[in-house]
Amino acid sequence: MQAHRRMLDPTANSLHSGESPLLKTVGLTKRYGDFLANDAIDIDIWPTEIHALLGENGAGKSTLVKAIYGLIQPSAGQIFWRGQPIMLSGPSEARSRGIGMVFQHFSLFDNLTVAENVALGLDGKESFKDMSARLEQVSKTYGLPLDPKREVWQLSVGERQRIEIVRALMQDPQFLILDEPTAVLTPQEADQLFVVLERLKAEGRAVLYISHKLEEVKRLCDTATILRGGKKVETCNPRLETAASLARMMVGGEIKEVKAAAGRQTTVPRLVVNDLSLAPGEAHGVRLEHISFELKGGEILGIAGVAGNGQDELFAALSGERLSKDPGTIVIEGLAAGHLSITQRRKLGAAFVPEERLGHGTAPRMKLSENALLTGHAASGMVHHGFIDTAATLKTVDRATETFDVRKAKRDPEAASLSGGNLQKFIVGREILRNPAVLVVSQPTWGVDAGAAAVIRQALLDLATAGAAVLVTSQDLDELAEIADRIAVMFHGHLSAPLATSEATREKLGLLMGGSTLEPREAAHAVGA
Amino acid sequence: MQLVLEKRAERSNTIALISPLIAIGLTIVTMVILFAILGKNPLLALHAYFIAPLTDSYSLQEIAVKATPLVMIAIGLSLCYLANAWNIGAEGQFLIGAVAGSWIAVKTQGTDAGVWALPAMLVLAAAAGALYALIPAICKVKFGASEILTSLMLVYVADLFLDYLVRGPWRDPHGFNFPTTAEFDPVATVPLLIEGGRLHLGSIIALLVVAGAAILLGRTIKGFEIRVVGAAPRAARFGGFNSNQLIILTFAVSGALAGLAGIIEVAGPVGHLQPGISPGYGFTAIIVAFLGRLNPLGILIAGLFLALTFIGGEQAQIAMKIPLDVTKVFQGILLFYVLACDSLILYRFKLVFPNRQVARGTH
Repeated sequence: MQAHRRMLDPTANSLHSGESPLLKTVGLTKRYGDFLANDAIDIDIWPTEIHALLGENGAGKSTLVKAIYGLIQPSAGQIFWRGQPIMLSGPSEARSRGIGMVFQHFSLFDNLTVAENVALGLDGKESFKDMSARLEQVSKTYGLPLDPKREVWQLSVGERQRIEIVRALMQDPQFLILDEPTAVLTPQEADQLFVVLERLKAEGRAVLYISHKLEEVKRLCDTATILRGGKKVETCNPRLETAASLARMMVGGEIKEVKAAAGRQTTVPRLVVNDLSLAPGEAHGVRLEHISFELKGGEILGIAGVAGNGQDELFAALSGERLSKDPGTIVIEGLAAGHLSITQRRKLGAAFVPEERLGHGTAPRMKLSENALLTGHAASGMVHHGFIDTAATLKTVDRATETFDVRKAKRDPEAASLSGGNLQKFIVGREILRNPAVLVVSQPTWGVDAGAAAVIRQALLDLATAGAAVLVTSQDLDELAEIADRIAVMFHGHLSAPLATSEATREKLGLLMGGSTLEPREAAHAVGA
Repeated sequence: MQLVLEKRAERSNTIALISPLIAIGLTIVTMVILFAILGKNPLLALHAYFIAPLTDSYSLQEIAVKATPLVMIAIGLSLCYLANAWNIGAEGQFLIGAVAGSWIAVKTQGTDAGVWALPAMLVLAAAAGALYALIPAICKVKFGASEILTSLMLVYVADLFLDYLVRGPWRDPHGFNFPTTAEFDPVATVPLLIEGGRLHLGSIIALLVVAGAAILLGRTIKGFEIRVVGAAPRAARFGGFNSNQLIILTFAVSGALAGLAGIIEVAGPVGHLQPGISPGYGFTAIIVAFLGRLNPLGILIAGLFLALTFIGGEQAQIAMKIPLDVTKVFQGILLFYVLACDSLILYRFKLVFPNRQVARGTH
């Protein structure tokens, strides 16, 4: 196997003598209007390799794999499969040739069983019974346990991903593409996935692994191709690189370190949640179960957890988008606020940043000044006797632009025209400029470029230093380790007791994210509950 | 070579302004073809439709008179549509307003009621229109019933109710059995602006409504609320705006304006209550609202333009024997083109030349 490994230099491909790459793209280009999503990308995928595709959001990773999987037609360039040029008419042709893909966002029907979902994704020539038997066999062979008869809505995110992987494997692909598979997994679940991928490699298959988690890539992958701004920057052996050198290639420069002020003082409790329970607002939503925590001024509390464990529901309850019957369950600045609307909570000094930037945090087709008004109308002097003070709204835009380095084409563009990172800086800036006493922020740097992420994390730290209480929900454990003082974990609508960040190892957090408890005594209690 | 629709980064304000003009241009081209098929001289027909009504003072006043209800109703509808509330039943609210206002006129007939009669009629008509519009709004908010269907169906209820009144209890005893009330007393009539002319006070009220809507939408937080609830409902909830309240509010306002337009039409140009007081104002106003880009000033211009097609249609019928229904065909085609051209605000056409390499790969 080792003789198989080629050197860093791409010209050294002759080591694969007598073989051709399984898949090869030459000058692959995809153009959307004036925008080049992929600019002449050459990539070689060899059998028995796990090949990482690295890049920031918007670097062109998804576009490239969509072209390889036949979801989009390239504007120029050529794809070779086993040495032959191919034009894929669509994903079904890609699958029939032996190319499989597992998407980041699953396409599963909640109300159907595992087996029914898998059947829908196959071409349906075999009987349902044969297919179910094969499903069980594949899932056993690869150590991906699944109960074919369970309905999808009952399953965890990790289990849902298993369905997608098994579905792809049942078509016996020679080449499997996985789009950010570990983004939704606990560290332990990720380790299990890596075992599966190693096994696929040992069977002579190739894997293209999209990620931006560098440590993971160094551990798992044999080759890494780095994209930046639609272009290929480099193909290298990630094991010979450092995380920092990979990051430099992704970003194209050094990333600013985020620094916490030394000796931050905590003050009075500014956000207190007392035994908050809330039924889900929609079918298959998560029920919040007896959530309690206390957050003091000057402190950042991180909430970790796999997506879909009640984080969205908790945000809605804290912001007042959903009201709680008992006012005392949420206390903002010493006042019972559970029954108050989001506007009234803002007047108490709370500010909120939701996960979705477009359509939730902002109205996409409205100007930034109007989006400043969206949350500023309550308590920022932008409205006098029902009339809008346009100058005040524009001033907020200018101040946010200046303080948080928001890059935009003109003074007051539509929200949708900004890049993800710049829009997120504007949204966070809009709330911080209101000098909130409490800031509740969900996934602050999701899909944001590294430069903007550093600015946003620094801003959250500075806000806490200035005395505000900050609650950060994030799926990125590194981010929480970087900025939070304490970290709690959400699982099935329950919130664990917070751990001091210094004690919150990946192992401990991973156990909590998977629903285990840390101490045997507590575990016994949980089983009884 | 391939023609593709491509999304713009930001909405094009230029296209937003000229898209109605493109739509009007395309409609005229279609109409020319239609006139030719009907065996009429297209140039003469276009002249009768669009030029002739602009050449004499009577027709010009008549255009303003026809535009008055169209603009008032369309302003109300634009508030609904901006807030994503689909009031299709303005015709019914118009008729109910006319009926409610007429009640005072009918009951005070020949009693020398004071000058309070007309203001009372206007207020009652607006209130009745608002209440009638609240039926679909409340059904929507409470039960999730489609306001499009309920508001539309209530049009026929209003239509038949009016029919019943003028054929039954309110019929003019000296009216030779025609289904109509007696002519309203002068105190119950909308005053004319020019002695012996057609222009009446209602046109001034319509202009005030336009100005009020422009201020509401452009300058106030309530107007912002209406726009943001329609444009991004989830962001609106995050902003603290209640979409259900706004459905109620915009339906009530648009119903009030339609009701007001109804009584002004009956107590003004018509002078009495009878069936057929509206040549479909409530429906044509939907076209006016969209042709005017849901913008108050745009609606004023669009209202005058659609009024022109009503007058032009009558002239074309008299002069060239073109059926009056062609006017409705014209209005329908116009709405179709307006909605089609609107896609150019967010998208643009682009010619794409496929790359040679790919082309070779296909062979």
